[in-house]
Amino acid sequence: MGVEGIGARVARKEDRRFVTGAGRYVDDMVVPGMKHAAFVRSPYAHADVKKIDVKAAEAMPGVIAVLTGKQLKGDGIGNLICGWMIHSKDGTPMKMGAWSPLAVDRVRYVGDAVAIVVAETKGQARDAAEAVEVTYREKKAVVDPARALAKGAPQLHPEAEGNLIYDWEIGDGKAVDAAIASAAHVTRLHIVNNRLVPNAIEPRAALGHYDKAEDHFTCWTTSQNPHVARLVMSAFYNVAPENKLRVIAPDVGGGFGSKIFIYPEEIVCLWASKRTGVPVKWVADRTESFMTDAHGRDHVTEVEMAFDKDNRITALKVDTIANFGAYMSLFSSSVPTYLYATLLSGQYNIPAIHANVRAVYTNTSPVDAYRGAGRPEATYVLERTMETAARELGVSPAELRRKNFVTQFPHQTPVIMAYDAGDYAASLDAAMKAADYAGFSERKKAAAKKGKLRGIGMSCYIEACGIAPSAAVGSLGAGVGLWESAEVRVNAVGTIEVLTGSHSHGQGHETTFAQLVAQRLSVPLDTVSIVHGDTDKVQMGMGTYGSRSGAVGMSAVFKALDKVEAKAKKIAAHLMEADEADIVIENGELKVAGTDKKLPWFQVALASYTAHNLPAGMEPGLKETAFYDPSNFTFPAGCYICEVEIDPDTGVTEIVQFVAADDFGNIINPMIVEGQVHGGIAQGIGQALLEGCRYDPASGQLVTASYMDYTMPRADDLPSFKVSTSNTPCPSNPLGIKGCGEAGAIGSPPAVINAVTDAIGDNDLTMPATPLKVWTALKAATRH
Amino acid sequence: MSDVSLVVNGRKVSGTVEDRTLLVHFLRENLGLTGTHVGCDTSQCGACVVHVDGKAVKSCTMLAVQASGSTVTTIEGLANGTDLHPVQAAFKENHGLQCGFCTPGMIMTSVDMIARHPEGLDEATVRHELEGNICRCTGYHNIVKAVLAASKTMAKGSKGRAKAAA
Repeated sequence: MGVEGIGARVARKEDRRFVTGAGRYVDDMVVPGMKHAAFVRSPYAHADVKKIDVKAAEAMPGVIAVLTGKQLKGDGIGNLICGWMIHSKDGTPMKMGAWSPLAVDRVRYVGDAVAIVVAETKGQARDAAEAVEVTYREKKAVVDPARALAKGAPQLHPEAEGNLIYDWEIGDGKAVDAAIASAAHVTRLHIVNNRLVPNAIEPRAALGHYDKAEDHFTCWTTSQNPHVARLVMSAFYNVAPENKLRVIAPDVGGGFGSKIFIYPEEIVCLWASKRTGVPVKWVADRTESFMTDAHGRDHVTEVEMAFDKDNRITALKVDTIANFGAYMSLFSSSVPTYLYATLLSGQYNIPAIHANVRAVYTNTSPVDAYRGAGRPEATYVLERTMETAARELGVSPAELRRKNFVTQFPHQTPVIMAYDAGDYAASLDAAMKAADYAGFSERKKAAAKKGKLRGIGMSCYIEACGIAPSAAVGSLGAGVGLWESAEVRVNAVGTIEVLTGSHSHGQGHETTFAQLVAQRLSVPLDTVSIVHGDTDKVQMGMGTYGSRSGAVGMSAVFKALDKVEAKAKKIAAHLMEADEADIVIENGELKVAGTDKKLPWFQVALASYTAHNLPAGMEPGLKETAFYDPSNFTFPAGCYICEVEIDPDTGVTEIVQFVAADDFGNIINPMIVEGQVHGGIAQGIGQALLEGCRYDPASGQLVTASYMDYTMPRADDLPSFKVSTSNTPCPSNPLGIKGCGEAGAIGSPPAVINAVTDAIGDNDLTMPATPLKVWTALKAATRH
Repeated sequence: MSDVSLVVNGRKVSGTVEDRTLLVHFLRENLGLTGTHVGCDTSQCGACVVHVDGKAVKSCTMLAVQASGSTVTTIEGLANGTDLHPVQAAFKENHGLQCGFCTPGMIMTSVDMIARHPEGLDEATVRHELEGNICRCTGYHNIVKAVLAASKTMAKGSKGRAKAAA
């Protein structure tokens, strides 16, 4: 079974439908009688809504209804919520402003929805949306978070005085200040982590269908976690009780975090379907995606790192302002706190850490988790600071890191996390070898002969995945548990279905989850089907984000397989009149060890369902459910090295080499893991060199609202990557998996910027390091 | 409203559409060929690439009426029955896709690219020619690998056929 089981490079089972155009995404769904929706959105960043006149729009061809926020509120639909409670350091709870799915009297960012038009065709809905006359009274807007905190700044929500959502801290401030005061060296940096737009290539979409006969709603939506969507829409938004609401997330075209959250549009489509009596479909266009998908990052940080005379880190002090945009998105509050500040120890022994985080409202799109969520921001702070410190101290960046590595496990950091396993030096060595780090100076000389500036930079990251256990995250303010569930059904003919609460939107679960089953039950991969993404089919689930599907989702499958295996062995032992302890599973059969007695799976399965001859007292059937709640986070880690060549005449940076050496624990399918790393690195390089979401500071207009204005990484912007792994199994889950989905996006931005700043000899460079910025920095350097 | 009539995946089709109907919407909504995707509004992402009269075209840049009289191949028309086209097979074998949304456009662009480079392809050329197709999942690494592999396979195949013909 080695060719299809754990560790095998199996081609994906799901690919045939995707390469033949047979994938089924939300926009591909057609329901009889289905009509199309368009949203009327605010053209202003901040304004009072004085009047909405829908008469002209209602008279347009094909229009079925034009509905506003007043009607929505009148029907009792609730406000959107943030599901993770954070308390400020003064003990007060975070200040959450009201977010109505359709704005009633105030709009707070460009794209804030005020009405929905339902019409026969998409074109007619859009035409009529243009004809809805909204009278706004424009107000002053603020898009910069530091300015939003200043006195006299425009105020967004009456609930949040001074636009401050929370002022939170972690760690021992006094110990940190004392260490800084007595340090041999202190490295200080001002760091901006640029705002990004996730940009899954499939735009968000929702299809709401109210069935009057059954008084039942179905919602097809581009979601990474359909069960959470159902729970939240039912419990907080008052759309329908859970038993009257089915949420289906079919094939989903990428998420990267942006499809975790519950947005206004799916709620409004469901409500509008009941109001109009027709199924209502909405599909975002790309500009709507830019305007309304939850954005990522957007931190401004002051950092101080103290060293003793032996270059050992003695303390880290971090002060961060996090831009939350106009409303608190579903998990926004957790990102710059428990997903960021708790990772500020990195791979290093740091005796004292203090972080202060202020979360701020601005007139911009809501900001929430985007691939890595807090951990890229923490890694960027640390790894830019480490590289800078090495330059200031005149020591090798690699050796400064190595000197400060955590080498004993378990390791308790001063900021909650208890690292369970790792070998950071192994990743560093592997990356340096793969990059031929020793040969860099020769390559730099050769590049100089061609008139190019060559630079090298590294980054040693750690992240925390499989966020858990539920009781722990609950004590930190999470409104949900972070377990996962699975059901394994062995059918009467011996085929197997696995129902999982994890959701695949590119990760290849239909293959990797099946590999686990194939390995455990010794059956061919083709006999295993994975069912996910439908609340009517799958018992319950928490979905896919935070690199949790392997560590948590597959562990739930593993646990269910334990139960299936135990029951199957009991049945087989009974049928073959053997001792249960002597039953082994091999080559698709249950055998009595040391004899020639054996039964194929289907005979055992069939026996369980015919129930003619089962052990006394045993229930019929061979189907088991498990809920798995991890005992700890997992801690993937690694070292990335980037080498660049810069053309000083144009400022254009070419990545000539990118090396990733990761520790992901045990790996189910190396091909899929490598693919995850490639994609993450591309997003990280995008952040470092190309991508930056920009709002006009005066008007609050989004100026990067299309692919003409926002620079997505394209094939000719990137090199092929050299990736490898050296793995220490994770001790806290049965499969030893750590998770690999976000590492690339976490580890790469500082490696790139460390390389660029090395090449140009100027450390003061913000992301994205565009040719203009690099060229300007070079010109300034030559003037000095 | 305008009448359009074209051949799509070897089948004659016709319809009456609003003048502003894009080819991609005609394919998706009138013909139910939902393998061709829409990922942007500015002809940048390439998720909608199809072949019109043998050339790769972003079907969001063309009105359905402009395509009237043409022969169109979409991703659904590429495989030969259950046998995948070599480019489809190469994407599968090389893990050249993750979420699958950009994949139809990537494959249609790649088929066209390989056909225009019978002499073979190198990595730089493939990357340059894929510039009009955006993928957010793969970092392009395995897409480039898949296109290069397919190019080799197809070159062998055509040599094989040429020998057989000789």
